[in-house]
Amino acid sequence: MPSDYLWLIPLVPFAGFLINGTIGRRFPRVLVSAVALLCTAIPAALVAWLWITLKSAGAPETLHIVSQPWIQISGITINFAFTVDHLTLIMLGVVTGVGFLIHIYSVGYMAHEEGYWRFFAYLNLFMFFMLVLVLSESFLLMFVGWEGVGLASYLLIGFYFRKNSAANAGRKAFIVNRIGDFGFLLAMFLIVREFGSLDFTHVFDAITVNPGWHGGILTAIALLLVLGATGKSAQIPLYVWLPDAMEGPTPVSALIHAATMVTAGIYMVARCHTLFDRSPYALGVVAIIGAATAIFAASIGVVQHDIKRVLAYSTISQLGYMFLACGVGAYEAGIFHLMTHAFFKALLFLGAGSVIHALSGEQDMRKMGGLWRKIPITFWTMLMGVIAIAGIPPWAGFFSKDEILFRVYTSTNPLGKLLWAVGLITAGMTSFYMFRLLFKTFFGPEHEEHRNLHQEGALVHSSSNSHAVMVADREEDHDSHAHSVHESPLIMTLPLIVLAVLSFIGGWVGIPIAFGGSDEAKHFLEPVFAGGFENAGSHGLDYTLAGISIFAALLGAYVAYLFYYKKSRTAASLAVKFPALYGLVENKFYIDEIYSAVIVAPLLMFTRIFLGGLVDGGIVGGAGAAAGGVTKGLSSIVRRVQSGNIRSYAGWLALGAAAVMLVMVLGRAIWPH
Amino acid sequence: MVPTAAYLILAAVLFSIGVTAFLIKRNLITVFMSIELMLNAVNLTFVAFAHMWHQVSGQIFVFFVMVVAAAEAAVGLAIIIAIFRTRQTLNVDSVDLMKS
Repeated sequence: MPSDYLWLIPLVPFAGFLINGTIGRRFPRVLVSAVALLCTAIPAALVAWLWITLKSAGAPETLHIVSQPWIQISGITINFAFTVDHLTLIMLGVVTGVGFLIHIYSVGYMAHEEGYWRFFAYLNLFMFFMLVLVLSESFLLMFVGWEGVGLASYLLIGFYFRKNSAANAGRKAFIVNRIGDFGFLLAMFLIVREFGSLDFTHVFDAITVNPGWHGGILTAIALLLVLGATGKSAQIPLYVWLPDAMEGPTPVSALIHAATMVTAGIYMVARCHTLFDRSPYALGVVAIIGAATAIFAASIGVVQHDIKRVLAYSTISQLGYMFLACGVGAYEAGIFHLMTHAFFKALLFLGAGSVIHALSGEQDMRKMGGLWRKIPITFWTMLMGVIAIAGIPPWAGFFSKDEILFRVYTSTNPLGKLLWAVGLITAGMTSFYMFRLLFKTFFGPEHEEHRNLHQEGALVHSSSNSHAVMVADREEDHDSHAHSVHESPLIMTLPLIVLAVLSFIGGWVGIPIAFGGSDEAKHFLEPVFAGGFENAGSHGLDYTLAGISIFAALLGAYVAYLFYYKKSRTAASLAVKFPALYGLVENKFYIDEIYSAVIVAPLLMFTRIFLGGLVDGGIVGGAGAAAGGVTKGLSSIVRRVQSGNIRSYAGWLALGAAAVMLVMVLGRAIWPH
Repeated sequence: MVPTAAYLILAAVLFSIGVTAFLIKRNLITVFMSIELMLNAVNLTFVAFAHMWHQVSGQIFVFFVMVVAAAEAAVGLAIIIAIFRTRQTLNVDSVDLMKS
């Protein structure tokens, strides 16, 4: 049975982490990549086996393995327990599958970087914790994975730790996530108090057997869990860390900050759907957070110039969609979008990485252009990703996004229609900014700065072994641009191609019945989400809503075409017309500045004056100084013994002997035996 | 018959002289001799007690002490000669190389 090997799925990447993390420094790069790839390929193969076994007829819906008790305190027993149901299976597939592809890509992308072994050790560590997170059967073990992926994320964002901005971004991600984790912890305390256990089955069964139980403490738990999810999944108000997380190497952005880790919050909400279903209030909060984040992040994404930041805001926006889906009880739609999003967003990030690689580290889209002939594989695969995320059928994104919009429209939420409208506008904006990215990067004239950039780049990067720059540097020819921009090696383009295919066909498993499909994805998840909200709506409505969302997507793409390809009305003229608005959006609504002024600055002030001055300087420092002073005073007396004078030593010796004798004699007198 | 206490008082007096000389004398040879004095004071108590208890082990112990004292005298005198050769003095207070 595969369940006997279940524990291997997370432990193999952990072994990879241990090997590369301890002795990898001495390995040649080939061996490091071999270890890392093998330690991700084995779990991927095991998951495939698991998938086949669970899909076969008569297979149980869930698998469990339980260890010896891990923690036993006053009536609460917590085990290391793993469980696999269809929801876990999808997450496992995404994590190991996309994870493996990104590992392959990284071998090419990181080939010339320092700290190669460190990178792969961290990446394997991330895989371990992420797999623990999705496999766990209790809130506590999930929390272990939850914290662990946060750690891996911190380490990888700060991978270029010599760069100040990268180190700061890592810290920011860690601290912002801490706020969310605080909510998760409080939720766990409440669960222990209320249910006396942290096992999923125990908690959810206790809720299920009591059908009249609504709201109250369940709402409190659910809202605290939502706080945790907003941290990890970068939703309002805790999304601020994700754009900065782009300081990490691009494969990390693709794996952790787009495809897997940031979806942990959505997975958690879906996993706890029994709880959320009983609290319409908490669900409403989830839906509103999701919709607000979706449109907010999309609006920022429209004006960003850094190619990775556009994708980062796009990720936040898409995660908002998934939240929205969960918030209206359409968990399977959210998970379906999670899966397709993992394909196309990983593809887009890796494609962006390939572009950056080709341009020797340039990330500013204003300095790109006309690349599509030079890096055709990257262009064509990214085009697949752009169409997929824009939501144009039959690409993957259309089916999942359309399913979400449909479910939002037909939901019982009183704000359903408004949320749907927000989602629809977001869809149009998504299409607009993704095509903007495509046109700015791959079409239009090659920029003059390009060449200058390369010469500057040659100076800056000559130490970083950047291949392209070396070539540009060596060639005397000033028109060397065409030579220096180069397609990435096969090891990088291969994952792109696989992901492009998945972005194209990945949505076909969820074609709604109205379109002649079988909606496989929904049925697959039915055992998990049974008892959720029912889908009410006619086929006619299905067609209408799909038509509207396709129209929105095409409109967005057309506007982007007008602005950035034909340039009939340039975006710059619009920006000039509405300078206040443009400035506001370009500066990301000043959210970072507001947080800094309202939260960070007072906190720092408090820390400096009260904790730093009074507590640390006064109490802690005072105690330290006092202890030091006493020791010094005592030692100034005692150290006279060490005079170096033989006769004084002899005197001490005699005195000691006399003292011992005195004790013996007096002792005999006081305690006669 | 001389009482045992007399031997013990003599031994105590000898030992005290030895300790005092050990502490106040500066000449290495004198210090060395005072050590011998202390050892022999102890020997005297051993013999006195052996006689009192009619046990021979105390007397045997004295032989051991004498053997050790002979060996110590040989090594100790050699060291004193070595010190005298290098420093031309036998003052214990000037033998403080290990300090500082």
